[in-house]
Amino acid sequence: MGSAALDQPNLMTTPLHSLHLELGARMTAFAGYDMPIQYPLGVLKEHLHARAAAGLFDISHMGLIALHAKSDDGRDASRALERLVPADVVGLAQGRLRYAFFTSVAGGILDDLMVGNCGDHLVLVVNAARKEADEAHLRVQLVDECDVERLDRALIALQGPKAEAALALLAPECTSMRFMDVRTLTLMGTECMVMRSGYTGEDGFEISVPADIAREIAEELLANPCVAPIGLGARDSLRLEAGLCLYGSDIDESTTPVEAGLSWAIQKVRRRGGGREGGFPGAETILGQLEHGAPRHRVGLRPEGRAPVRAGTTLFAEEGAGLQIGSVTSGGFGPSLNAPIAMGYLPTALAVPGTTVFADLRGKRLPVDVTKLPFIEPKYKRG
Amino acid sequence: MLKYTEDHEWLRLEGDIATVGITAHATELLGDIVFVQLPELGATLAKGDGAAVVESVKAASDVFAPLAGEVVELNQAIVEDPAIVNTDPQGAGWFFKLRLADAKAMNGLMDEAAYKKLTE
Repeated sequence: MGSAALDQPNLMTTPLHSLHLELGARMTAFAGYDMPIQYPLGVLKEHLHARAAAGLFDISHMGLIALHAKSDDGRDASRALERLVPADVVGLAQGRLRYAFFTSVAGGILDDLMVGNCGDHLVLVVNAARKEADEAHLRVQLVDECDVERLDRALIALQGPKAEAALALLAPECTSMRFMDVRTLTLMGTECMVMRSGYTGEDGFEISVPADIAREIAEELLANPCVAPIGLGARDSLRLEAGLCLYGSDIDESTTPVEAGLSWAIQKVRRRGGGREGGFPGAETILGQLEHGAPRHRVGLRPEGRAPVRAGTTLFAEEGAGLQIGSVTSGGFGPSLNAPIAMGYLPTALAVPGTTVFADLRGKRLPVDVTKLPFIEPKYKRG
Repeated sequence: MLKYTEDHEWLRLEGDIATVGITAHATELLGDIVFVQLPELGATLAKGDGAAVVESVKAASDVFAPLAGEVVELNQAIVEDPAIVNTDPQGAGWFFKLRLADAKAMNGLMDEAAYKKLTE
């Protein structure tokens, strides 16, 4: 099959591109990059391997941005970033990460991201498809307070119950990290930023590595028989089972964080009555919804039967007639559940686990049950 | 007699009954199959009609009736365990059997050599 780059010569490549081809990956164009969708193991087995052992993912296409305060006082960068996100950044301790999102004036979501406090600077991990827009957003909005630096590094995720043991062979100190810690560790003689975080619901790490040793580090990790390379196909089924949003599908400028079920990421101090209430785009709308509720809500969905119900599928309250009440935003097959799963938005009154709605699938209305998220139990190493 | 179509289906004729499935090449393109929807038993299909649906992890694909005929048997095993289509697409992974309206129409389909050429 070769690489998608053969047909689209303007695709960018990550530092691990040649490794993917050597490993026999089937490639695809994703966010302007030639990326591995799967390896010879296949999507199902790669997914199951990540939950049973350890999977290595190339996520170098994502954006890595450093925010330095012009004043050299890191707290100024945190205060400035709070003008763009409803999260508590000022209260984020050094060496810790937080999930956040850029909001729009209308209260929608411009991108979701991770922000880490690295002491003298903040580091942001943003989605590949939004990284240019995010960088521009930061440069314009924070021009007085911050220097915005795009970090040109590889990003490798190592996820699964055996991830810690695998990484410990290169960096024994990783065993003392908790979920959402960020540290600089030395891997094969080079300083790397290591985050105990991920997009799978498993314990694991995301490691920022200088591009010129990325392949060496990936190969060292892959030399461990517990570690298998995992493509974007399984990355998607893993995150769906974990109930995690995909920007552009489950969240976008038309969804507020409250509708999306992401209120937990808006800490108390940024809410009404908090010490740093509001002060981010769309605050009126979002804080209003936090108080009075939102008209619709993201839900987990379990189709009855075996047919997958995919993004874009329309949802109805009744089997026979009636108007569309919502739609599916992500859907597919959950290998760990051996069943189809999906996420979508429903009117708040129907967004209750146990409710049955109907999906229009190839002209027939199939019953679909609302369930709580996530579909699987997360395995984060907390406390 | 074993024949192939451009849509990556195979047919094996015995008398006037053709067993229909999808080729190994098709399963490689599709990846892991997670769901199969077979036609109705007794349905009369014209050549090119949508007959079955195959869902891989990523997307749905249609399987078409390679020739006109009546659906006389279904392979329930692949509905119970869609993975069989990946492991044995041209054997145990068969989809359905058609009583052909015109068995001679098999002659118009590709033989193995021609199909191999198509998929090179």
